[in-house]
Amino acid sequence: MPNQSTSSNEIDIEFRDVTKRFEDVVAVDNMSLTVKRGAFFSFLGPSGCGKTTSLRLIAGFDQPTQGDIFIGGNSVVGIPSHKRPVNMVFQQYALFPHMDVSENIGYGLRQRNPQPPRQEIIRRVDETLEMVRLSGYGKRRVWELSGGQQQRVALARALINHPTCLLLDEPLAALDRKLRREMQIELQTLQREVGITFILVTHDQEEALSMSDRICIMREGQIVQSGSPRQLYDEPVNRYVADFVGKTNFFNGDVVDAGDKGIAVKSESGQVFVGMQPKAAPGLVNGSKACVAVRPEMIAISATDEANNSNNITIDGQVTNRIFLGEHTEYLVSTEGCGDVMVLSPKSVESMSRSFEPGDKVRISWGSNAALVIGDT
Amino acid sequence: MRIYAIVVFLFLYVPIGIIVLFSFNAGRHASELRGLSVQWYGKALSNPFVGDAFVTSLIVALSVAVLSSLMGTAAALALQRLKGKIRILFDGMIYVSVMIPGIVIGIATLVALVTVFDLLNPLLASIWPEGTKPPKLHMGYASVIAAHTLFTMSLVIILVRARIAGMDRALIEASMDLYATPWRTFYQVTLPQIYPAILAGFLLSFTFSFDDFIISFFVAGANTTLPIYIFSSIRRGITPEVNAIGTMVLAASLLLLMTAQFLLRERSSR
Ligand SMILES: Nc1ncnc2c1ncn2[C@@H]1O[C@H](COP(=O)(O)OP(=O)(O)OP(=O)(O)O)[C@@H](O)[C@H]1O
Ligand SMILES: [Mg+2]
Repeated sequence: MPNQSTSSNEIDIEFRDVTKRFEDVVAVDNMSLTVKRGAFFSFLGPSGCGKTTSLRLIAGFDQPTQGDIFIGGNSVVGIPSHKRPVNMVFQQYALFPHMDVSENIGYGLRQRNPQPPRQEIIRRVDETLEMVRLSGYGKRRVWELSGGQQQRVALARALINHPTCLLLDEPLAALDRKLRREMQIELQTLQREVGITFILVTHDQEEALSMSDRICIMREGQIVQSGSPRQLYDEPVNRYVADFVGKTNFFNGDVVDAGDKGIAVKSESGQVFVGMQPKAAPGLVNGSKACVAVRPEMIAISATDEANNSNNITIDGQVTNRIFLGEHTEYLVSTEGCGDVMVLSPKSVESMSRSFEPGDKVRISWGSNAALVIGDT
Repeated sequence: MRIYAIVVFLFLYVPIGIIVLFSFNAGRHASELRGLSVQWYGKALSNPFVGDAFVTSLIVALSVAVLSSLMGTAAALALQRLKGKIRILFDGMIYVSVMIPGIVIGIATLVALVTVFDLLNPLLASIWPEGTKPPKLHMGYASVIAAHTLFTMSLVIILVRARIAGMDRALIEASMDLYATPWRTFYQVTLPQIYPAILAGFLLSFTFSFDDFIISFFVAGANTTLPIYIFSSIRRGITPEVNAIGTMVLAASLLLLMTAQFLLRERSSR
């Protein structure tokens, strides 16, 4: 049957060659993806890359221009949102201002046909209030609540319906930093408890990295890379992903030796870097433009006269800035020909060896297995 | 500048104040004040002609208010979905219809209706069975109500449109997302959000119709509404009784307008 999803009931949401066009804007461009049942999945990308549109396509507020979308193995193209077994938590919460907290939360149950008995609705609303730690708030007006409480009402209003999949559009964007951190943990715990699929939209890479099992990085309506946070961090397929996920130092150059053991890249200043190629990335050949990415925590910093350690790439430079970050100290080292390099030095190392002041001459070094050679896009 | 403003307000409100004051006149002439009393209110209320005119006005105003708030709301909701040039066209036509002077609407409606009646009446007479009396279309309740509604519907559309525009669209999507059908979404979410504007539109339509003289004068036919009654009795000289009727109409209108204002204010403060 053409209308059946390929895989078993393991897959909850599937996009097959989905395109969404608004007049001349292509918001989602020929996208294919699958989300496993019970996963915590994130769309991550800069503003305007089509994250919200992807979510709205799943919720049924928009219909794809082309392609097919499956929920639980069934094609949902053309099915209106009130007939889809998914629920959404809106960015500005969209709580009904003319109803109190309980009425808001019970809304979904009251729309069911046949409607559950009143007692049953009251019981489940109370249960859900307790789950989001808002017991006793049922009779409050929604605009009397704080941002975090409104957020939890919005969550409760969606979760009470036991959707197969919960959609969250930047649900924490309106909260302050501390509350956001708390809610991130709460959301994760909640997701494990209820065991339903969460699809989160965010442009905050830290949020995506800390919460999700799988992240899909988007650019201009297309998927650039999807994988676990670890994969994205350790093996970004290109500069865009490496730049988006965590802090990275980039060195541009041309491939001079594309061997199996490692790739050598020569920068304009003549410095030769050796690094690995991520498994998922397309092969690089001699002469092609490439980019060497080194995470700041992989770089060691030492005095210029210190005996060399096992690291085989060394550059001399001068400390221009030092930021104390608690667990780490961040140095900015300006080098000859290789620009400014960011180095993250853990506290343990700092206390053992000497630390450096702005103006000090230093030597930075890393092993070739710490460097990734990726396409320059 | 301040003196100028004071003079303007004096010009506006002193005549109204005088009407109110003279309605409490104990004497029988409108031009000289001889002590205060409410006797003219009693006279006015017990005058059968005033009573009839009041009932006529009430029937017309209520029908106009009901019709225009229903049709205006429906039109506003439909217009919300239009896009591009058609929408601009309709928006423009609605504003124009509010700005057209009452006398133009009155004459235009009169001419249009008379023309249509003259065309239809012979036609009706010809197709009506022999021996029975054919119905004859003429000016009456229906024509005043229609003419007023034409005008007040635009008011309702403008008010409701403003309210819909200020409403969070995500609320409707949230409702759909929570399994509510479009119809249930309408009366559970959209309606509670826009009803203050509908109610305000209802009250404004009522007041407009109740107070209107110009349009009614042209198309009311044999029906006498309260403003028409006042106009015709003024021709016989201004009596304290007319002042008393005027004051009552004024008080009722102000009350309704203030209620409407309050309804519109309340929603924007939220
Ligand atoms: N209803 C619409 N009509 C026209 N263009 C739209 C519409 N919705 C979205 N777009 C366009 O589609 C593109 C993707 O929009 P989308 O809202 O999905 O971005 P996003 O990734 O959610 O961005 P943000 O992080 O700013 O919320 C944008 O260029 C946007 O202008
Ligand atoms: Mg968005």
